[in-house]
Amino acid sequence: MTGYSKLEMMAVAAGRFIADGDVVFAGTGISMLAATVAKRIHAPNSVVFFETGGIDPSLDELPMAVADPRVMAGASMNSGLIESFSLLSNRRLRTIAFLGAAQIDRYGNLNSTCLGDYRNPTIRFPGSGGACDAASLASGFIIFMEHEKKRFVNKLDYFTSPGWLNGDDSREKAGFSRGGPVAVVTNLGIMAFHPTTKEMILSQHYPGVSPEDVSNNTGFELDLSRTSEVLPPTELELKTLRDKVDPQRLILS
Amino acid sequence: MGKSSFRACLLTLASPVRVFLFGVKRKFITSLIQVEIKMTDNNLGSKLMTAEEAVSKFIKNGDQLALGGFTVNRNPMLLAREIIKQGIEDLHVVCHSHGQALDLLVGAGCVSYLEIAYGGMGRFAPTCIRFRKAVCSGLIKIDDYSNYQMSLRFLGGAMGLPFMVTKSGLETDLVKIDGFSKEDRGKRKIAKKKLEIARNPFGAENDTVVLLPSLNPDVSIIHAQYVGEDGTVRIRGLTFADLEQANSASRVIVTCEEILSRSEIRKDPDQNSLPPFLIDAVVKAPIAAHPTACHHFYDYDPTHLRMYADMARDDGKFQRYLKEWVYDIPDQETYIEKVGLSRLAEIKADPILGYAPGLNRK
Repeated sequence: MTGYSKLEMMAVAAGRFIADGDVVFAGTGISMLAATVAKRIHAPNSVVFFETGGIDPSLDELPMAVADPRVMAGASMNSGLIESFSLLSNRRLRTIAFLGAAQIDRYGNLNSTCLGDYRNPTIRFPGSGGACDAASLASGFIIFMEHEKKRFVNKLDYFTSPGWLNGDDSREKAGFSRGGPVAVVTNLGIMAFHPTTKEMILSQHYPGVSPEDVSNNTGFELDLSRTSEVLPPTELELKTLRDKVDPQRLILS
Repeated sequence: MGKSSFRACLLTLASPVRVFLFGVKRKFITSLIQVEIKMTDNNLGSKLMTAEEAVSKFIKNGDQLALGGFTVNRNPMLLAREIIKQGIEDLHVVCHSHGQALDLLVGAGCVSYLEIAYGGMGRFAPTCIRFRKAVCSGLIKIDDYSNYQMSLRFLGGAMGLPFMVTKSGLETDLVKIDGFSKEDRGKRKIAKKKLEIARNPFGAENDTVVLLPSLNPDVSIIHAQYVGEDGTVRIRGLTFADLEQANSASRVIVTCEEILSRSEIRKDPDQNSLPPFLIDAVVKAPIAAHPTACHHFYDYDPTHLRMYADMARDDGKFQRYLKEWVYDIPDQETYIEKVGLSRLAEIKADPILGYAPGLNRK
C-alpha cells in the first residue's frame, strides 16, 4: 500500500497528536477521521465529544455535521451545549480541539466569519460556532487548513478564534489560563509554534513537498530551519482509515 | 410569574386523589382511570392546536424568536413554514448554530435582526445559502457571538440574571466588533451593549472576563419527539440549547411527533425535558422537522437538502421552492404526502441507532 492521498496524510498526521486519554473536541470532515483513526490505533482510551452535547458516541457511521444523529448513537451520554462546553473547560481533563478556518495568521489566530469588512462582507462564512470557545477554553487545539497564500495571511479580515494573539506571553496576559494552538496540519506539511515567540514555524513537510513549497504558499515569513520530512502513513494507519473509519468514503472520496 | 405558578398549582393538584375528587364533584360516574384520562385531555385541550393557530396566536411581527434545534437536526420546520405563510416579518432571531429553519426564514424575508454563532448545513451547505446572500447584501442586520456565548445568554435569561460571564472570545473581533448600530442598541429587545469586558473581581489585577447580556426571547419554538397529554415535553437525543431557550422565553410553542398518555410520559420522568406549565401551545405534527433529522424517528433528508441547496442558490428557483414547499402546502398532511412514502421509508430511523443506517448521504 504505497499510494495515499493528501487527505489521508493529513488525517493520519493530525491523529498522531492525540494522546491516549485525551478528550477530543471534534468537528466533522477531516477532524473526524483524525480522531477516529487515533482512537482505533494508538489512543484507544481517547474520547471524542461534540459541542452539541454528544459524548463518546460509537461512530459506526461518520457524522457529516456535529448535530448529525450519528453523534448520538451508542454514546456515553447525550447532553447539550452548556454541558459540552463545560467539559471542554474542565480543569481535570486534557481537552484537544480540532478546528478549521478560512484564514490563519502567524500566531495561529483564526477567521471563520467573513472576508472583507464585517458589516459589508464580500464573502460570509458560517461564523464561529464553537470554534472561538474551543480556541479560548480547551487545553490546546489543532488546525486544519488548505495551504494557500490567501489563507495564511498577515492580517485576518475578521478575528474569530484566539490563537497566540500577538505572540510571546500575550495570550496568558489577556486572561487565558491555558490552551493555544499546538499545530497546523495542511496539505503541504505540519506547522508548529516557536516555544517562546509563538510564531508559526515549519515543523514537518510531507514527502514530495519541499520546505520552499510550503514557504511559497504562506503569506508571511515562515522559519524553515527546523523542518524534517514527515513519516508517511503506515499500512496499518491507511487500512484502518479506509476500512474501519470511512468505508462509505464520505470524507475520503 | 403569577400565571406560571397558578399552572404549577394545577399540576400538583392533578394527583389521582385530586382527580378522583374532581371527578366526584363533576358527578362523573366512571372509573378513576377514565376520569384521569378525561382530566388530562382537558389539560392539554386548550394548548393543543394547529400550527396555524399556534403561530397566529403566539408570534407577531417584530418578536424576538429563539430557534430550537441545531443545523441539520430537530429544526422546527413546520412552524418556520407557517411563520412564512402568515407573512410575519421584522423578526429578531436569536440562536446558536442554525441551519434549515433559519435559512428559510431569512430567505423568505421574515428576519430583520439576527444574533447568531453559526449558519451552516454540514456538507449540503457549509454556509447557509440564503443567510449568506442576505448578510452580504445587507438585507439583515447581524451580530456574531460564539455557540457557548449564545447558550450562556439563554441560560442567563432562564436564571433571571442580567448577564453571564465567560472567558471565551477575549481579544477577538467577536467582542471588539458590534454588528448592530448605536441607534439600534437598547431598542426592541436588542441589548444596550453587545457585551462588556470587565475586571475579574476575584482574580489578579489585570484578569479580565466577558460579560454577556442575557436573553429573554418573546417566543421559543421547538420540535420534540413527544409531548404528554399533560403537556410534559420529552426530547430524545441531544437537547442542544432548547431547554435554556424554552426556559428563558415568554412563550413556548412545541411541535411533536407523538402525544403520549399522561401515565406513559410520567412512568419515566427522568427522560422528560420540560414541564407543562412552560408550554403555551402543542402542535401534534409528525415529520415536522423534515428535511432535518429527528432522533429515533427519521434522519435528515439528503435528497431534499441537495435539492434545496441547488434551488436556494438561484433567486428565481428559491421563490419556486417557497411556492412549492411552503405557500402551496395547506397542512402537514399535504406536506407529508409531498415528501412521499418512499422518501420517508428511506430516512426512517433505526429504533436502536436512532438514524437511518446506510442512508446515501453523499
